[in-house]
Amino acid sequence: MFRYTIRRLLFAIPTLIVISFIIFALLDLAPGDPTASLPLTIDAETRAMIRLSLGLGEPFHIRYLAWLNQFFINEPLNIVEQWFGFEFSGSAERLRIRSWSTRSPVVDLIIERTPQTLWVVGMSYVVGILIAIPIGVISAYRQYSWFDQAGTLFSMLGFSVPTFFTGLLLIVIFSTIVPSDSWLWLPSIYDTTHRVVDWDSFVYQVRQMIMPVMVLALFNAAQISRFMRSSMLDNLTQDYVRTARSKGMKERVVVMVHVLRNSLIPVVTVIALGVPQIFGGAIITEQIFRVNGLGALLIVGIEAADIPLVQTLTFIFAVLIVGFNLIADLLYGILDPRIRYD
Amino acid sequence: MTDATPGSNKVIEALQPHRSLWRDVWIQFRTHKGALAGAAVFTLILLAVAVGPYLHTVDPTYLDYRAKNLGASWAHPFGTDNLGRDMLAQVLAGGRVSMAVGFTAMALSLLVGVVVGVLAGFFRRLDGPLMRMTDLFLALPLLPLLLVIIMLFRDTLRRAFGPEAGIFLLIVSVIGITSWMQTARIVRGDVLALKEREFVLAAHSIGTRLRRVITRHILPNVLSPVMVSATLGLANAIITESALSFLGLGFPSDFPTWGRLLYDGKDFLTITPDRVLWPGLAISLTVLSVNFMGDGMRDALDPRIRGR
Repeated sequence: MFRYTIRRLLFAIPTLIVISFIIFALLDLAPGDPTASLPLTIDAETRAMIRLSLGLGEPFHIRYLAWLNQFFINEPLNIVEQWFGFEFSGSAERLRIRSWSTRSPVVDLIIERTPQTLWVVGMSYVVGILIAIPIGVISAYRQYSWFDQAGTLFSMLGFSVPTFFTGLLLIVIFSTIVPSDSWLWLPSIYDTTHRVVDWDSFVYQVRQMIMPVMVLALFNAAQISRFMRSSMLDNLTQDYVRTARSKGMKERVVVMVHVLRNSLIPVVTVIALGVPQIFGGAIITEQIFRVNGLGALLIVGIEAADIPLVQTLTFIFAVLIVGFNLIADLLYGILDPRIRYD
Repeated sequence: MTDATPGSNKVIEALQPHRSLWRDVWIQFRTHKGALAGAAVFTLILLAVAVGPYLHTVDPTYLDYRAKNLGASWAHPFGTDNLGRDMLAQVLAGGRVSMAVGFTAMALSLLVGVVVGVLAGFFRRLDGPLMRMTDLFLALPLLPLLLVIIMLFRDTLRRAFGPEAGIFLLIVSVIGITSWMQTARIVRGDVLALKEREFVLAAHSIGTRLRRVITRHILPNVLSPVMVSATLGLANAIITESALSFLGLGFPSDFPTWGRLLYDGKDFLTITPDRVLWPGLAISLTVLSVNFMGDGMRDALDPRIRGR
């Protein structure tokens, strides 16, 4: 298992380096001038100075290496310093990736936006899994029953109807058709500055999370319930199930302990693989409900042509994908020893 | 008796209707009710989008400020938007663009996927590099990258090809080059198995050129997984285009698609909620019907399921 882990880790590093190069080169070599959106009254000489101050005077490879250095060495050091409270030498002159539009360090902006995204996205994923697993189990156990048919239709709807339509539909129903003094009314805009101090504010927090969480949760549940169903179906016909039944075990124990545990193995990896996609999907959901999370930050950065911000965020999404692929592989190896090929 | 048998067999064969692969596939496809319903709905939407603008002859870009934010009426069956444009005409026109983007992007992604898959499966030397490239593409964060590419190249392309053609080319090509990976993997797997089969060996042994072996013997045999990928690719392309337009980075508002209509309508939810209903329903129904068709097609083209 150790060798398997090391080999997987070693394979992830070149992938990440190539991806970082692709992202950097794509953004850097694209046409367009970062000073183009500034007022026309600024003369050419000042423009050139602004470009120099943005760090554009250096050749391409120097800028790429500087960015890598800042992303992989300087920023992690800063985070370690913040967490543990001691300082390495030279922490003051350590260069950081700075956003062009706000001039503050990109990583600070990202840290500021992460909790909102994690709350909405994380909660929706948990809710999605909690909906999906029972649906998958019952659908498989009662294959071709009305419940199974309904489950199939539900999952088809779930991944065919885009989140930007379900979100708007929920807003139309619960924020505009339902009168705003009814207990069914839900806020359509997610208020990030809201603080939970007492019961009423907690209730408001729950209410404002219901719609964004449900939109993403339905989408996730649709996919996971299909995997759960087919994995259960594969296991229900296995010999060990017949053995368990013939030993006189209760049907409950056979299904809920023997079959369910074995069926969860591939589902767990699917869940791990789905996490980065969820962050991608959150870009749209955050836009609908005005959650100012990472997705909203990316859109703002793109609209302001804030290259360092967009580069860093996109690369973080890539790190998430590679990281969770790795986690899924390792989990599969841990849960199912037959998979390890070392 | 003994000499009669072969003759009577021939008679029986001649009496039975001719069985071809596509007939069997169609018979199996017909048993999948969802797939049939999907095919019917999809045909209906295609027809509506193709013929609709000739029946409902209102200009989708005609502004009529006196008739803004109207509900449904006989003159405007889907109502009007905040500039008094007719929504039905806009949904029909938007559907043409959405469908055109969907089909073109799907074709492009299939082309890339099949070429990469066949090359990787057929030539062992290309297999490693091409599959590493596929893995790399699968590890890219696609939605952020699509947004970034569109932001960077939108203005350049619009200047070069005109506002409509430029954005069309850009969106079709970015969707095409970011969605070919699954097709390539499936095709490669099939080609790897096919090239060891006797008929390929036979073709080689009678001196068939390599190109002809691929086009004549390999490609027809990977047709069924490619057709399933095509339906999934179409659904994916339509959703991706709508998502991009919904984020404001797709088509401009004077050249709307379904996604753009949703984006424009989302700020008027309290005044005219049906503005998001119709384009949203159109996207959802299209994708749903295409997915059902794909499901049925997968069953119909799978020889292990067919005939059971």
